[in-house]
Amino acid sequence: MRPTHRRQTMAFRLGMAFLAALLGTLLVLPFVALLLDGGPLSILRGFECALTLPALRLSMETTAIAVVVVVLGGTPLAWWLARSKWRSARWLETLLQLPVVIPPAVGGIALLLAFGRRGLFGGWLERTGFSPSFSTVAVVMAQIFVSAPFYLQAAVLAFGRLNQDLLAVGRSLGASPPRLFFRLVLPLAKPALIGGAAMSWARALGEFGATLMFAGNMTGKTQTLPLAIYTALEIDIRTAQALSLLLVAFAFVLLLALRRINQQPTRSERTVTAP
Amino acid sequence: MTRREFAWIFCTGLTLGAVARPGAAEAAEPKELVVYAAASLREVFQGLAEFFQKKQPGVIVRTSFAGSQELRVQIEQGAKVDVFASADQKHMKALQEQALVQSPSIFAQNEPVLIVPVGNPAKLSTFADLPKADRIVIGAPEVPIGAYTVAILGAAEKTYGSEFGVQVAKHIRSRELNVKQVLAKVTLGEADAGIVYKTDALTAKERITTIAIPDSVNVVASYPIAVLSGAPHADLAKAWIALVLSKEGQAILAAAGFKPAPIVVSNKTK
Repeated sequence: MRPTHRRQTMAFRLGMAFLAALLGTLLVLPFVALLLDGGPLSILRGFECALTLPALRLSMETTAIAVVVVVLGGTPLAWWLARSKWRSARWLETLLQLPVVIPPAVGGIALLLAFGRRGLFGGWLERTGFSPSFSTVAVVMAQIFVSAPFYLQAAVLAFGRLNQDLLAVGRSLGASPPRLFFRLVLPLAKPALIGGAAMSWARALGEFGATLMFAGNMTGKTQTLPLAIYTALEIDIRTAQALSLLLVAFAFVLLLALRRINQQPTRSERTVTAP
Repeated sequence: MTRREFAWIFCTGLTLGAVARPGAAEAAEPKELVVYAAASLREVFQGLAEFFQKKQPGVIVRTSFAGSQELRVQIEQGAKVDVFASADQKHMKALQEQALVQSPSIFAQNEPVLIVPVGNPAKLSTFADLPKADRIVIGAPEVPIGAYTVAILGAAEKTYGSEFGVQVAKHIRSRELNVKQVLAKVTLGEADAGIVYKTDALTAKERITTIAIPDSVNVVASYPIAVLSGAPHADLAKAWIALVLSKEGQAILAAAGFKPAPIVVSNKTK
């Protein structure tokens, strides 16, 4: 009995390892190639490209704003979606996931048709003296459009999984709804919310199609890192490679840092999980 | 439990089998001619492909349209291609220097034009009015249409004065990465004016108005075509180029708004 058991375990582990390695190779090898192909010198030369710094700065600023807006608006929206018993809430939840599925360029056209000069709300917007297309505001709007679903989904799941008994106890002890939300709900859901925000931020950082369509391509104003990479590709593939490495490194460091934060239990969490 | 593990191993085996037998399905394929062409050639080359397939039964023409730069990178990375048609000479020359293509010929010419959306919000009537436009969208200088635009605006500044250049530069809102993006921004009314190829302007006749750019400041875009050095079907590739340069081919190109090749006999560009 024992040897068969061991053999099965062995086969199982080998099979798992093989499949994991297959996917792992596909996911990791392109990044290795990005780093090694062409040698460090040509990549260093690529960094000297005039597009680099303005694009990096613009990407940092716009994605930071986009994530703040997504979290500020997405948290109450997800809280309502997770608790609503209405059927329409399920419909809305699905509708809000659509930006993940549609090609980003289509998202950009949809944004133009809504907020462009001849769009649905364009005329009204223009009367207020503000037209978002070709502005940095359009960049942020495009980023919010494509990245919010990632945060929303994580937040709805997290809120839905909360221990209802715990909430009931809190209520019975006389905690007001705001107190319950800020002292109990948010701390409990925090790891999932941070994870969702990180995914959302990463998506915003990589956003290309909707931005190009809705905001255009203007150095220092609407040319984010992905757009700069695409522009650089027209100059020289090595420059594009250098800029891509910059984007990858930047994203890697930030995602790693967020992961760290997520693993450290905070004080409030400890008090909450204590019996 | 054991059954599930066997399923795992079975799947793994299947994957292995698929990986270990490359090209098992390659036998008995019809002849394929692979044509890589600049995005602005899409409609014309699709028409030509149908014509070619009728003339050469048993041949399938596979076309791929993208920016000339993207196609060039794909060719440099070893894509199996028979014919390459570029929207400018730069990328063709780069491939020629690497001995990846053989003696290109110019097969068509295109003319940049000024376009405005229906309603003409900036009320432009001639090219000299361009500084009146509040929102101008052009191609990025790194892409062919953008490079031509830079040349046109430079010549225009000399003709109409430095104020022309200053005003135009002030109102450029975006430098798009391909000519179709410029066209899209103008057809949607987001931009008051843009510079595209005449052939692109013809595809959106109902939604834009075309204003000619005077010859004194305009440039001519030349389209080179060549057989790849590593073409799997060099004979078909040569037949394709012969069709493009033939009377029928040139007529299809002219209908789409292209100017004819400078000399229809295959002239070599250096």
